[in-house]
Amino acid sequence: MSPATAHDEDRVERVLRRAHDDDDAAAAAAARRLTRRIADEGLADVSYAPVDSPFGPLLAAATKRGLVKLAFPEEDVDGVLERLAQRVSPRIVAADAQLDPVRRELDEYFAGRRRGFALPLDWTLVGPFGRRVLGATAEIPYGGVLSYAEVAAEAGSPRGSRAAGNALGRNPIPIVVPCHRVLRSGGALGGYGGGLDRKRFLLELEGAL
Amino acid sequence: MSAAQPPPFQAFLDAEREIVWRYLVSTVGAAEADDCFQETFVAALRAYPRLRADSDMRAWVLTIAHRKALDALRARARRAQPVADVAAIDSRRTGPAGAGESDGELWRAVGALPARQRSAVVLRYVADLPHRDIAGAIGCSEEAARRSLHEGLTKLRKVVEV
Repeated sequence: MSPATAHDEDRVERVLRRAHDDDDAAAAAAARRLTRRIADEGLADVSYAPVDSPFGPLLAAATKRGLVKLAFPEEDVDGVLERLAQRVSPRIVAADAQLDPVRRELDEYFAGRRRGFALPLDWTLVGPFGRRVLGATAEIPYGGVLSYAEVAAEAGSPRGSRAAGNALGRNPIPIVVPCHRVLRSGGALGGYGGGLDRKRFLLELEGAL
Repeated sequence: MSAAQPPPFQAFLDAEREIVWRYLVSTVGAAEADDCFQETFVAALRAYPRLRADSDMRAWVLTIAHRKALDALRARARRAQPVADVAAIDSRRTGPAGAGESDGELWRAVGALPARQRSAVVLRYVADLPHRDIAGAIGCSEEAARRSLHEGLTKLRKVVEV
């Protein structure tokens, strides 16, 4: 038995450490099989996927209860998912098919063929006051508008139009919960989390402007 | 704000899938790596919300992978004739997909190591874990992990010398 030389050590360690390029492709394929299985067996708490829109790809995230988050393209995807991990569940997995109903209804809406969304919603990201404000907002019909003061009154806080504006600005499910239908009392656009150009676009699409 | 929950599972999977895959290919072989990979990450997903945000997630998932690899090796041992265990491992390709013929000899020798030595060697050189994490993953003391690693390397060097 001869003692191991430095040369032998190098050879053994070098071979063991050698880059596994083919294996990394195999690992990616295995990870895709895994995410399909997780989706099929419903093992994730939050599924997410990009969804096309005239504004660019929106990030849609859904729980078993319903759509929980719709993010505009400029929102940082990692940041959105990180907040969902903290506030909903860290069991978050990419799952395209899970978001098909969201994709279908948004496609129909942007094509002018849908006037209301039938998607179930998950309000986990919304506090009690925001829930009342957004609940009142969800009742505004396609093509209609309300003022911030009117929405505040509907939400049971007639003097709370500023707070209602803040709650609308934090709407985690824009477009589907139509916060774009809330304007200033004089008819000015007011604010919009996704930018005023998009608010105007949505109101024109609905024939409200 | 310190995070109370671990990061999104998808980010964890993307970050750890390659190292877990390499570990499994190197311990149970390519043919059974996928089953072990699926079992490892499904188990990780089930336990995931209970994981502390400041945990060492790589060592944690490799601990799970190690248990799944042992399960697979035990099942293989039950299927094979007891005396043919090493031959059964040898007959499957064990080692990374790109390994050449002379490397293949070394990888077969890795496959023939006792389970703990094999895991220690693979965790050290394929997963690049420090001794402390190797000990954590295979559930032994750091000293025992060093010893297993040393014994495994000694055997592998003999293969190379011949």
